[in-house]
Amino acid sequence: MSLAKKYPKEVKQILSKYPPEHKRSAVMPLLYLAQREEGYITKDAMQDIADILDITVTDVGAIVGFYTLYHDKKEGKYRMQVCTDLPCALRGADQFMESLCANLGIKVGETTPDGVVTLEAVTCLAACDRAPMFQLQSGDGLTYYEDMTVDKTMELVRALREAGAEVK
Amino acid sequence: MSYVLLRHRDIADIDQIDVYEKNGGFEAFRQTVTRMKPGEVTDVVKASGLRGRGGAGFPTGVKWSFIDNKSWPHYVVANADESEPGTFKDREIMEGNPLQFLEGVAIASYAVGANAAYVYLRGEFWQIAEFLDKKIAEMEQAGYLGDKLFGTDYSLKIYTHLGAGAYICGEETAMLESLEGKRGQPRIRPPFPAVHGLYGKPTVVNNVETLTNLPPIITHGADWYKTMGTADSAGVKIFSLSGRVRKPGNFELPFGTTFRQLIYEYGGGVQDGRPVKAIMPAGASSSFIVADDKVLDTQMDYATVRTLGADLGSASVIVIDDTVSIDWVINKTIHFFKHESCGKCTPCREGTYWMSRLIDRLQDGARSNADVDLLLNVAKQMQNKCLCPLGEFSTMAVVTGIERFPQDFRKA
Amino acid sequence: MTKQVTLTIDGKQVTAPEGMLVVDAAKLAGIDIPVFCYHPKMEPVGMCRMCLVEIGRPMVDRNTGKAILDENGQPKLQFMPKLETACTNPVSEGMVVLTQSEKAKAGQKSTVEFLLTSHPLDCPICDKGGECPLQNLTMAHGPGQSRFLYDEKIHLAKNVPLGDLIFLDQERCIQCARCIRFQDEVAGDAVLGFVERGRSMQIASLSDPGFDSVFSGNTTDICPVGALTTADFRFGARPWELDASASICAQCPVGCNITFNTRREAKADGKIVIKRVMPRQNEEVNETWICDKGRFAYHYAESKERLNKPLVRKDEKLIKTSWEAATKAAGDAFTKAKKNLVVLASGRLSNEDLFNLKALADQVGGKTVLYSNMGGGDLTSLVGVGAGTNFGTMGQGSTIVVVASDLYEEAPIWYLRVKQAAERGATLIVANPRETKLERYANFVIRYSYGDEVRTIQDLTKKGKVADVFARSENAVILFGSEGLGLEGSTALATACARALNDTGHVGKPNNGLIGVWQRANDQGAWEIGFRPEENLQSVFDKADAIYIAGADPFGDGMLKIKDARRKPFIVVQDLFETESAKIADVVLPAQAYTEREGTLISGERRLQRFYAAVPPLEGTKADFAITSQVARQMGVILEGTSASVIFEIMAADMPIFSGLNYAKLAEVKEQWPIVGRGDLYYGGTTYENKDGLGVHLSNAAGCGEKVTLPRVQKVAALRPKENKLLAIPITKLYDHGVTVQSAELLSHRIGETFIALHPSAAEKFGIAAGERVKLSLDGVSEDVLVKIDETISAGVALVPRSMGLPINEPTEASVKTNKKAAR
Ligand SMILES: Cc1cc2nc3c(=O)[nH]c(=O)nc-3n(C[C@H](O)[C@H](O)[C@H](O)COP(=O)(O)O)c2cc1C
Ligand code: SF4
Ligand code: FES
Repeated sequence: MSLAKKYPKEVKQILSKYPPEHKRSAVMPLLYLAQREEGYITKDAMQDIADILDITVTDVGAIVGFYTLYHDKKEGKYRMQVCTDLPCALRGADQFMESLCANLGIKVGETTPDGVVTLEAVTCLAACDRAPMFQLQSGDGLTYYEDMTVDKTMELVRALREAGAEVK
Repeated sequence: MSYVLLRHRDIADIDQIDVYEKNGGFEAFRQTVTRMKPGEVTDVVKASGLRGRGGAGFPTGVKWSFIDNKSWPHYVVANADESEPGTFKDREIMEGNPLQFLEGVAIASYAVGANAAYVYLRGEFWQIAEFLDKKIAEMEQAGYLGDKLFGTDYSLKIYTHLGAGAYICGEETAMLESLEGKRGQPRIRPPFPAVHGLYGKPTVVNNVETLTNLPPIITHGADWYKTMGTADSAGVKIFSLSGRVRKPGNFELPFGTTFRQLIYEYGGGVQDGRPVKAIMPAGASSSFIVADDKVLDTQMDYATVRTLGADLGSASVIVIDDTVSIDWVINKTIHFFKHESCGKCTPCREGTYWMSRLIDRLQDGARSNADVDLLLNVAKQMQNKCLCPLGEFSTMAVVTGIERFPQDFRKA
Repeated sequence: MTKQVTLTIDGKQVTAPEGMLVVDAAKLAGIDIPVFCYHPKMEPVGMCRMCLVEIGRPMVDRNTGKAILDENGQPKLQFMPKLETACTNPVSEGMVVLTQSEKAKAGQKSTVEFLLTSHPLDCPICDKGGECPLQNLTMAHGPGQSRFLYDEKIHLAKNVPLGDLIFLDQERCIQCARCIRFQDEVAGDAVLGFVERGRSMQIASLSDPGFDSVFSGNTTDICPVGALTTADFRFGARPWELDASASICAQCPVGCNITFNTRREAKADGKIVIKRVMPRQNEEVNETWICDKGRFAYHYAESKERLNKPLVRKDEKLIKTSWEAATKAAGDAFTKAKKNLVVLASGRLSNEDLFNLKALADQVGGKTVLYSNMGGGDLTSLVGVGAGTNFGTMGQGSTIVVVASDLYEEAPIWYLRVKQAAERGATLIVANPRETKLERYANFVIRYSYGDEVRTIQDLTKKGKVADVFARSENAVILFGSEGLGLEGSTALATACARALNDTGHVGKPNNGLIGVWQRANDQGAWEIGFRPEENLQSVFDKADAIYIAGADPFGDGMLKIKDARRKPFIVVQDLFETESAKIADVVLPAQAYTEREGTLISGERRLQRFYAAVPPLEGTKADFAITSQVARQMGVILEGTSASVIFEIMAADMPIFSGLNYAKLAEVKEQWPIVGRGDLYYGGTTYENKDGLGVHLSNAAGCGEKVTLPRVQKVAALRPKENKLLAIPITKLYDHGVTVQSAELLSHRIGETFIALHPSAAEKFGIAAGERVKLSLDGVSEDVLVKIDETISAGVALVPRSMGLPINEPTEASVKTNKKAAR
């Protein structure tokens, strides 16, 4: 089903933020909408957005490719994005990341075999005073987890796994 | 001293509209709309000496006065992209004291004749955006936003817009491109946004912290504001302190506070009691300041920090102690800029990539002085040639790191 | 006129219009500042940083507004600490530009070095080698040695098809975005974009089909490296091996100026063949662009199927014979037929060919017929656009009306030029029964029903908003086509258009008048020379004793049928191929392709242009005019047959519109802006400089001050869709089954199958789904066709493309039957 049919209210609300002659501005919020379900954006969804905004699907794809929070491939249900940038690294983010890898049994950029968590290293998230930290991205949005330890993180992963199993 | 910006630290629940109102909230906005001409608001802000808190430190009132009144409509865009490594102040304002920030947006909008303002938040601030949306709705309900405000002809709407993970969108013209639904790549300037901004219309872009200063300036006046800070840099500043300090965090202090006060008095000193080796006063974009006693006692304002061969920028002070090697630091900054280079211009796109190959080689241990020379040379070759400041930023730590800490790079 | 300012570039005083960019002003002064991303036809973006120069501006006293002077009384200059881009800074009074200072040169050198760090340096195997801006600029400005380790280069895909016509070599791309910007800004098909960012940024097209634009080939001209190549030319030859001959594209009435690049080819037994088609600058016609049909549909002349011997019919069979025998047979038949001779020729032929054909017919009192089902060429002679008309100068104050034509499909470069005029402020009115691409740029869209064309145009002279705009605009041009119209209908439409223009005073001046969107390149020429189409070609044929068919295949197109084999006229066919018409002919005369000979064509804007021979003729063939001359000789008539230019001189003496013109005049050139060529290909792309003639705009009756009397608009009983029947409507597609397109293998995907388009409700009514194949019956013929759905047409019509194997030349009743059962 097309985006406009599935989320008519949301699409309308998004479009209302921008002058009608500049509705192209809505491409970013619409991409978040498209990413809701699967956690990534399909080519069909890009075409949908292009149709809503009267731009080409290439224009939409060019946006997806530019910004790191849009994804065009399926990965884990949750993307655990650990900040390993300078300020966090000065507070042990690299070691934190290493232990996470060891505990999850995957390398940075990989997804756990159960498909629940993809581990990613990202640049500064404006939480430098609360390292180690990460954000958890899923189709539904983003949550910050700050002042983290490996134990707390693994606890969270367990909870996510259980919740995921329920859904299945 | 009570807080000017981080007022939520003094007053509980100031993010609630009734509490905010009880503490004088929206009086400044009411006063501007009902009793001041737009030009008068600009004059007060000019007189206050308020300078932009986004990094460049440009006088805010002067920027507003450039707005092109021959072309309409006008827009205000609040820069809430906050992505400079080491910066986390705007986030605290929006989470803790959102209404003062939004009131600031409203005052700026009135001053430049904008009937629509956008708050551009970095995509990671997803929850903050939802929170601001709620606050905006409450303001509309309470009559602070919408049509014919306070019984005048002035109307204003504020919208949030989420980015999606791109540091470059903090650069104002890239932000405008992004807001227009395009890739966040900077535009050539001139024309500046004040003439050709959002949708080609005159636009003022201001940082969240800058805007949050406006309500108290209007309420208490320009002279009051100038009683704080230094002659060069009036008022208070939120310093984001991070790195190897014991108590990292945001500290709202008047300009002119010394590095020593910030690091030792407020930040609790360096971890493990090590000495400060270097300071990066403006996040990853900084030049390194070689720390010594004299430096630590230097006042932090735009002009004085410049005498140390660095810029204060957004005052995101990263403290580096003697356990850290500078080549490791610039490895981090180079990879940051390589990752964030938008790719539009040649020197930045190719230069950050080239530097990353060179620093990788140095880090791998296969270090040769020739590679160090080449890295320094490549960084210098990028300077003054990039389309926007990001490319220039990427060279600052590299050049000053190698030049000011040669022992961390060269083999004897 | 814009204010002129004086500045100094490298010590040279230059006067240039205020606001011109430094890079352009330097170009005017003969100084080539190196560029990659800048292109004079696109908005500057300042992204490659190749054009770094030092710029000094006179210092001005803030208080007095006067220049501050130094001790010598000279204005004090302020140089920016940073180098500046010459491509983004406009010139100003007193500016001083240094393009060769140590600092500027170091800046340029560093840009080249940065670019080369990620460039594969594979010049020896690169198609662009020899005409590559990066190669040239590296020689001129680059570092001698690489400081970047070769092993650390990123390796990327080298063979990425962006579509079926254009390939991308990701390693060679220097991210200048010229291609993306061309597609977005100039072509209006934003089907290219960057994906990713930073060093990972790559060109991509997500459209379906890939790189979906008829202008795609131009990106390979403006690409400053060998990153974009055409499927046609890649690995085909090295640029320096190529010869160049000027020509005119013969695919549509725009008359784009082109260059044929040729080379002796081993694969073609050492013959000289055309390797590629390139645009040749003519700012008044095609600027520096051509469409993909013009670029890729040229291979037909190389076909192995070409006729190379005259044929005559003997005992029911066509057998090879001598020119003498074949022309004698033809000549004898024509002499005998006298006034019952019909000469049927098309606008595929040049003026010289048509002139000789007409002269031959006149000798025996025969009839000349233009092979076309579109009328109005006599009106364009009267009130066609005035000499000096140039879409490039239309903008505010001009109104352009496009009616019954889909310019994107029928005349792509006009589409592009009209779009740009609209973007500059011209009022664009698009009137068509269905949605066409041009509408995006229109100020007014008029949607009428097929059959209401005339009324739609007549309304332009009545009251109403659109009519007011039209009447009041300083200049007005109408382009009329033949979508949904036969000869009668298009004649009526042309008349209505001519009258609307004449009544509102929009004739006889530059940028005013009527343009026919003809189906062939030289239809306008044929009209000027006196050929006229016939409403009922079949009855003309049935009455004839002999017919001389040149440059047309009426039997293949289903326009003529042999009704009575016993009373069939003597048929002479002159063509390149053994067409259906040739197969039933009594004499077949093998003609040369236009690439093999000289001649002139008249574009829809009535510009007379010259084309030159690019390759030697196929042995055994002759130019059309020469064949006609030889046939005439057999009839005892002397017609010039050796030289096209001599024929033209005869025409000039004979026909007032050509008076005073000759081939030398047509070969005249003047300097054009932007300056292309001049060795620095990086500025305008590999477009050819025009050294062989800009052509001459013919004046018309209205332009000569003659009072024009226009005919009345003839009432045409328009067919309307009937219940349970469909009205088949002819439309024109760019890529069809025309002989030139079909022989271009590359384009075959784009042509696709023969199709019709129906409204969703019509499809539903007849129980047909999109993509289904159905049996279409019209005009007594049944064909299997594919069904496409078009929501913008009305329910009662079926769009039927011309030249796609279905005999349609005017609206006709049709019916469709689903094939579903048969399929199962
Ligand atoms: C690469 C780059 C990143 C920037 N990031 C930010 C940012 O995250 N937040 C911000 O307020 N300004 C940022 N700026 C500065 C803005 O371009 C702009 O100067 C500022 O928003 C103006 O507001 P101000 O005058 O209130 O400081 C950045 C500039 C550059 C060149
Ligand atoms: S300096 Fe970097 S970020 Fe700025 S335009 Fe150039 S490539 Fe983009
Ligand atoms: S930056 Fe001027 S030509 Fe590219």
